[in-house]
Amino acid sequence: MCGIVGLFLKDKSLEPKLGDMLTNMLITMTDRGPDSAGIAIYGTEHRGKVKLTVQSDHPDRDFEGLAKDMKQALGGDVTMRVNDTHAVIEIDAAWAAAGRTVLAEIRPDVRIMSTGESLEIYKEVGLPKNVAARFDISSMSGSHGIGHTRMATESAVTTMGAHPFNTGRDQCLVHNGSLSNHASLRRKLRKAGMHIETENDTEVGAAYISWKMQNGSTLGEALASTIDDLDGFFNFVVGTKDGFGVVRDPIACKPAVMAETDQFVAFASEYRAFVSLPGIDHARVWEPEPATVYFWSHNAAPTATEKAA
Amino acid sequence: MQTFDLEAQGLRNLNAALQAQSAETNQTKWEVVNAKGSHAIAVGLDAPIEVNVMGSTGYYCAGMNKQATVHVHGSAGPGVAENMMSGTVIINGDASQYAGATANGGTLIVKGNASSRCGISMKGVDIIVHGNVGHMSAFMAQSGNLVVCGDAGDALGDSIYEARLFVRGSVKSLGADCIEKEMRPEHIEILTDLLERGECDAKPEEFKRYGSARKLYNFDIDNAY
Repeated sequence: MCGIVGLFLKDKSLEPKLGDMLTNMLITMTDRGPDSAGIAIYGTEHRGKVKLTVQSDHPDRDFEGLAKDMKQALGGDVTMRVNDTHAVIEIDAAWAAAGRTVLAEIRPDVRIMSTGESLEIYKEVGLPKNVAARFDISSMSGSHGIGHTRMATESAVTTMGAHPFNTGRDQCLVHNGSLSNHASLRRKLRKAGMHIETENDTEVGAAYISWKMQNGSTLGEALASTIDDLDGFFNFVVGTKDGFGVVRDPIACKPAVMAETDQFVAFASEYRAFVSLPGIDHARVWEPEPATVYFWSHNAAPTATEKAA
Repeated sequence: MQTFDLEAQGLRNLNAALQAQSAETNQTKWEVVNAKGSHAIAVGLDAPIEVNVMGSTGYYCAGMNKQATVHVHGSAGPGVAENMMSGTVIINGDASQYAGATANGGTLIVKGNASSRCGISMKGVDIIVHGNVGHMSAFMAQSGNLVVCGDAGDALGDSIYEARLFVRGSVKSLGADCIEKEMRPEHIEILTDLLERGECDAKPEEFKRYGSARKLYNFDIDNAY
């Protein structure tokens, strides 16, 4: 099954409550996916800086002195805040690639959850309420975010198999469904130089979108081309630095519902994830059409593009 | 009237209370509050009672209904009135995927739009939708009537057997073996009754009828054992 949620705020006054609202939505979706949970939050950014959100199964050992060691290797300012098994390392944006390389050398067991100027991803195995509590997601503020509760169908229940998947700087994706051509597509994408770490089908979907964008597609075009090139059932919800988008496959058998008010746009697998959102009783509520890309941005008007048959 | 707070009293208690009603019950009118999109509200009913669900529902509301009238004062999630045998289900808002799937009888009225696969494998139910229906509606429909006052999505009536489909607006595409058929006086009569029961103000003459061309494998006598 899996449950996915997304919340894009139009009203800035709600930003301090983003983590709390997303946490409620996520916990409501627990019985769609109790295996693992993850959340991506677009929060505060610092000009010229990039955040690496990292995870370790041995945070005491791996995070000890990590900022200092990275500073020594990179030079310049490195700040780090630890949050349970995760840590957010902030470095100069120009060092993003070098930072990943250095990290792999000095802490080989540390896994990178996300890279971005505003994006932070937190994910772990366990019930959504426990995952949200250990990272204190409800206290986080931000402009938008997406989340996922996983019922594993085709790869192991591990931290790395949890969603969201980070697919490029400040980009991430959650998925409900199953892709049937992920093995062949993974081989093709790896040959094309894409880095894919797991056997998870969603990571292939995420890498596919990154690959299309690296080859000149806009996000909208990349999402639209998933309809041609990915086989199987999928609802994708993607986050970008300033917006979030939704695409459903043409068969559209996985549930999806959206709500929009003057204050927010929300996505969920089921309507009940919306019930605690402010003003939901007066929201416009609808199901996204199959084979249609929807996108909201803080910098542009909303769009819905139907993929030509 | 009996009022039931779903949040406070729980789903199992609700369905147990409703299912315990007999044909002779004097508790004929029920109101369910705090529905909040919960699943499986008012399923398996078998008594001539009226249940008003205040708010939107999740999966499988009013499934397997017999005799009862279930009125959702909001929108309904996937599988509303699935496998209904008799009675009436009314949705004030929209209905999600596979509304009225496999239903054998009764009447399902959707005052908003219905989503994909409305009436999939319907087996005798009458479904009246005031708005539009999504793709693959009436897929493998076997008996009954689907009335769509708005538009129909792709592949309407794919692999249909014997049901009647009436659509007032446009049909994006017809599925395999589904064709437009002549609207004869008896169909106008049937549709007039359905529109009246569905509280629609549409005129029967505005509709086109679709049904089975009876050309698929199952209709070929040479395939009989």
